[in-house]
Amino acid sequence: MTQAPLLDVENLWVRFQTRTGVFDAVRGVSFTLGRERLGIVGESGSGKSMTGRAVLRLIRPPGMIEADRLEVHGEDILTAPEKRMRQLRGGRVSMIMQDPKFSLNPVMTVGQQLVEALRAHEPVSRGEARKRALEMLDEVAIRDPARVLDLYPHEVSGGMGQRIMIAMMLLPNPEILIADEPTSALDVSVQLQVLDIMDKLVRDRGMGLMFISHDLNLVAKFCDRIAIMYAGRIVETCKAGELRNAQHPYTLGLLNSVPDLEHPRARLEVLKRDPAWREAPSVSART
Amino acid sequence: MSAIDIRNLDVWFGHGADRSDAVRDVSFQVADGESFGLVGESGSGKSTILRAIAGLVPTWSGQMTVAGEALGARRSKAFYRKVQMVFQDPYASLHPRQTVDRVLSEAMALHGVQDIDTRIGRLLDDVGLGPGFRFRYPHQLSGGQRQRVAIARALACDPAIVLLDEPTSALDVSVQAEILNLLTDLRQEHKLTYVMVSHDLGVVGHLCERIGVMQEGRFVEVLAVDDMRRQKAREPYTRHLLESSINSIR
Repeated sequence: MTQAPLLDVENLWVRFQTRTGVFDAVRGVSFTLGRERLGIVGESGSGKSMTGRAVLRLIRPPGMIEADRLEVHGEDILTAPEKRMRQLRGGRVSMIMQDPKFSLNPVMTVGQQLVEALRAHEPVSRGEARKRALEMLDEVAIRDPARVLDLYPHEVSGGMGQRIMIAMMLLPNPEILIADEPTSALDVSVQLQVLDIMDKLVRDRGMGLMFISHDLNLVAKFCDRIAIMYAGRIVETCKAGELRNAQHPYTLGLLNSVPDLEHPRARLEVLKRDPAWREAPSVSART
Repeated sequence: MSAIDIRNLDVWFGHGADRSDAVRDVSFQVADGESFGLVGESGSGKSTILRAIAGLVPTWSGQMTVAGEALGARRSKAFYRKVQMVFQDPYASLHPRQTVDRVLSEAMALHGVQDIDTRIGRLLDDVGLGPGFRFRYPHQLSGGQRQRVAIARALACDPAIVLLDEPTSALDVSVQAEILNLLTDLRQEHKLTYVMVSHDLGVVGHLCERIGVMQEGRFVEVLAVDDMRRQKAREPYTRHLLESSINSIR
């Protein structure tokens, strides 16, 4: 990579104070994100979502974020004032959450929400914002965008809701998109469509994408680089195309535990967890 | 004799102008010891069929014969002893304030099972949980362990037919593999008949021999899993589903 990375994270820790002591959700993760698609994969509880949220400083007390470096485009996130963070969130760095049902405001029309999202970051008139919202909905392949603008979230389907979320997040032209399980609430047949749209937009605009998912095969298909997380650490990183040559037993276990339609097996392989994986130092995903 | 024989099943919700037909004119048979899968997008009516069989939806018409019993508006107690259901979300389907012991013993007491104490121990062994889990509450269990408890509860009264409603979709792939293996083993051991609903063709293909593909409440196609693997689906909709799931694997 010739230019400086969009996102630079070194030795990131996320800690929670609990009654029984401090719980480390993320334990010393390092990675960089350029204009590329980076997949972060792991099971529930592996710290992948916490890593995504920490980048936007979305972890509230008693959670704590610590890092040697946490920079967006060279700007320090750890010490930025809250006011600056509000400009960054949604402006330069956007996040798509898992379920459109819970992330869209149920009492505002789609149009109002899109316009609000854009006007929070750019001084544009209402009419201009509405025009750009229309264009954006068209780009995420929503038919008849003028009609959809006046609908409420409960009047659209899940796949449409997620495309509306993508449109909303891309309206202010962010440089980094964090997608946290963007399709796991959707049907298989709609999943691919939504992913294709996201993929195309990210590529056309030269954005950096951080794709968080539990589905290793899906990530391998849509990303350039993959980081596999286990117990708050990155256990392995590889190029997406070289996933089949992965070495770490955890990665192999994840790959083999998926039932394969074309190559049936009588029994699925079950992951045998080795306590040593927890203790092994985190692999750096910096380039 | 077939374990399940469904003919011309219609299920609807609401009435008058609000009526929406969830299942339209569905017929299928499941043989004893067979495993039948129902596949389709959300809203296609696949879960509704299971719920109608289990007696959770009163508004249906058609003929359903399950385990030799023609079903009417009410199910007999003997029916529930033979037919049990496992639900999608183990976080929602277990009572948060009852221990595993209480959940299992209540199911058995309701069906007049003798010797509850030793049977609970055996059930927990069957589903791969040790005796140490017997007096735990659901919040002390992981998602996979909870689903094992839900399966144990379904097996508590020795059913012949188990209805599985997306039993692994709330779980991680690694845990999903454990539960699918468990279901395979239990089926062999107890000679069970399964009807499984899932949107994941890989999962259905792993566990079932035949699948019914649904769209908008109707059966589009019923085909053997072997034919599906050999890409012998006749209907374009089935091929579309197949393509999207094979593509997501690659």
